Amino acid sequence: MKLLKTLMTGAAALSLMATTASAEEMRIALVVKALGIGFFEAANKGAQEAAEELGDVEIIYTGPTDTTAEGQIEVINSLIAQRVDAIAISANDTDALVPTLKKAMDRGITVISWDSGVAPEGRQMQLNPSSSPLIGNMIIKLAADHLPDGGDVAVLSATTTSTNQNVWIEEMNKVAGDYPNVNVVATVYGDDLADKSYREAQGLMQTYPDLKAIIAPTSVGIVAAAQAVTDAGKIGEVNVTGLGLPSEMAGHVESGASESFAIWNPIDLGYSATMIAYHLAKGDATAEPGATIPIGRMGEVTLDENSEAAMADPFVYDASNVEEFSSIF
Amino acid sequence: MSDTTPDRTTRHIPDRLQSPLSRALKSWEMLLLIVAVGIFILNALASPYFLDPWNLSDATFNFTEKAMIAFAMALLIISGEIDLSVGAIIALCSTAIGLAMTAGAQAPVLVLVGLGTGLACGAFNGVLVARFGLPSIVVTIGTMSLFRGISYIVLGDSAFTGYPAGFAWFGQGYVWWVITVELVIFALAALIFWLVLHRSNFGRMVYAIGNNATAARFSGIRVERVKFILFLLTGLMSGIAAICLTSRLGSTRPSIAAGFELEVVTIVVLGGVSILGGSGSIPGVVIAALVMGLVTFGLGLMNVPGIVMSIIMGLLLIGVIALPRLWTMLRRR
Repeated sequence: MKLLKTLMTGAAALSLMATTASAEEMRIALVVKALGIGFFEAANKGAQEAAEELGDVEIIYTGPTDTTAEGQIEVINSLIAQRVDAIAISANDTDALVPTLKKAMDRGITVISWDSGVAPEGRQMQLNPSSSPLIGNMIIKLAADHLPDGGDVAVLSATTTSTNQNVWIEEMNKVAGDYPNVNVVATVYGDDLADKSYREAQGLMQTYPDLKAIIAPTSVGIVAAAQAVTDAGKIGEVNVTGLGLPSEMAGHVESGASESFAIWNPIDLGYSATMIAYHLAKGDATAEPGATIPIGRMGEVTLDENSEAAMADPFVYDASNVEEFSSIF
Repeated sequence: MSDTTPDRTTRHIPDRLQSPLSRALKSWEMLLLIVAVGIFILNALASPYFLDPWNLSDATFNFTEKAMIAFAMALLIISGEIDLSVGAIIALCSTAIGLAMTAGAQAPVLVLVGLGTGLACGAFNGVLVARFGLPSIVVTIGTMSLFRGISYIVLGDSAFTGYPAGFAWFGQGYVWWVITVELVIFALAALIFWLVLHRSNFGRMVYAIGNNATAARFSGIRVERVKFILFLLTGLMSGIAAICLTSRLGSTRPSIAAGFELEVVTIVVLGGVSILGGSGSIPGVVIAALVMGLVTFGLGLMNVPGIVMSIIMGLLLIGVIALPRLWTMLRRR
């Protein structure tokens, strides 16, 4: 009985603490596609930085175990239950999250999406790390830069349903005409799984013996492709490029499997998403087409007609700077 | 001398080994119920947001769809078979519903399409297992790829969206106050499957087949027919779950309900159904579904990362299953 009593008092004190904390601090939930992914861990770092700068903000960093919409819905339901002030989400599915996020907005929670977006009716605004046309152009430009004589290149994407990758590849195909020497021969899907991406990359090199470059616009795929190229002894013949994380790619840039790759800064992205969520939840900014929202040290963003905003241009990493960034994310 | 002879009239021979009450108290269901209540109390103590009717109502979505399938799966596993294609059946049903929606169908037709596709998938599994005598685990691993593969071919990287407003009722509607439509379907399914398994001849046949299929056959039970019906039922329940899930998400992608099969099997096994067949009960499955829902929601409220959540779920499964065996081992000593 005594134990029970102690437990009860402890729990009561705990719940009391939780309520007082929520009265003082604004709680912003950073919901990611899945936990344990380097990119999102870095975004969390940026969010924490923003929270420190703002002072009265608590960040709840959360997400499902695997990248499913159903898993994210369970997470959002528990955030609604906790009555957080804002949800900033990188979505696993553009449409499937809409009914749940609508419910969140109905209950007075500020909802924005960042990185991988949600359909307009399910969020107040979407923060893109960069603009899709710029990224689409960047990934093919990176391949072309190291192919003065042109040649065959192939794309290794994530899943067939990945919102981001599909848009970027679409944009890449739009500008492919500007790089007449570069011939995109195939697009394959590694499902953002290391082993499957590795096998798909191997398959590409076998199917297209003249392959000069593999473009992998996914941080899982680019590492797997670089490893496949290294293991096949094709360093110098096949250049792996696309979007990746400096920490995971530093070794492959050093070995020469990858000449260069691009990524925005996920720290900046998490930082900016938190800033926007804060200002919208506080009510000193509004999310409507044409509106401008301050994002601290990153300046400000302006919303387009779909209430979307682009943070910055993608940044190129090569042998000259990858070491420096590999310790950050 | 005659005083020492034992008096026969005082010797008590029970006509039952245990009274129904004490048997119920020692049952698996009671153990699970204690676990469920314990988790409920812990959750209520740990989070100030837990005891809110609306929050609890939201939390039921964590298990309702999976539990609907778990009832049918319980019967299937009791009979000694398994269906690992249920997640894929949901994907195919949802895709079929989406195709019908694109063709301009309204809610009632969409429901029929979902049920029909589920039944068709179940029949396909059933024919392969019951008619051709193939092992169900192999067949359904195959159809798991087949059904979802068809969805991927139809949809590719696109999605069906814009379901009619009437269709949203199944996954987003409320019957009364916080009681969701899905919760009512769950409760009805529990009642029907309880009647089928515990109060009908068919239920006795399922147990008989699971304990000894050969003996069941010699007793005049049409084993193949029963198994075929069980696969049909699993397909049908997957169809119903697909309607609910599609309606709740308001969209269809081929990756819908990925990994559902393992969670459904987890609920069934946690519910005390022997994975080897022959024993188990519907009340056990109902409580197991509640336990799953309570654990995931409670941990979610504390923002426990999903990875830790699956570890806890795994430990709970092993713990609850190992506990009774440990108990009997200790008592024998």
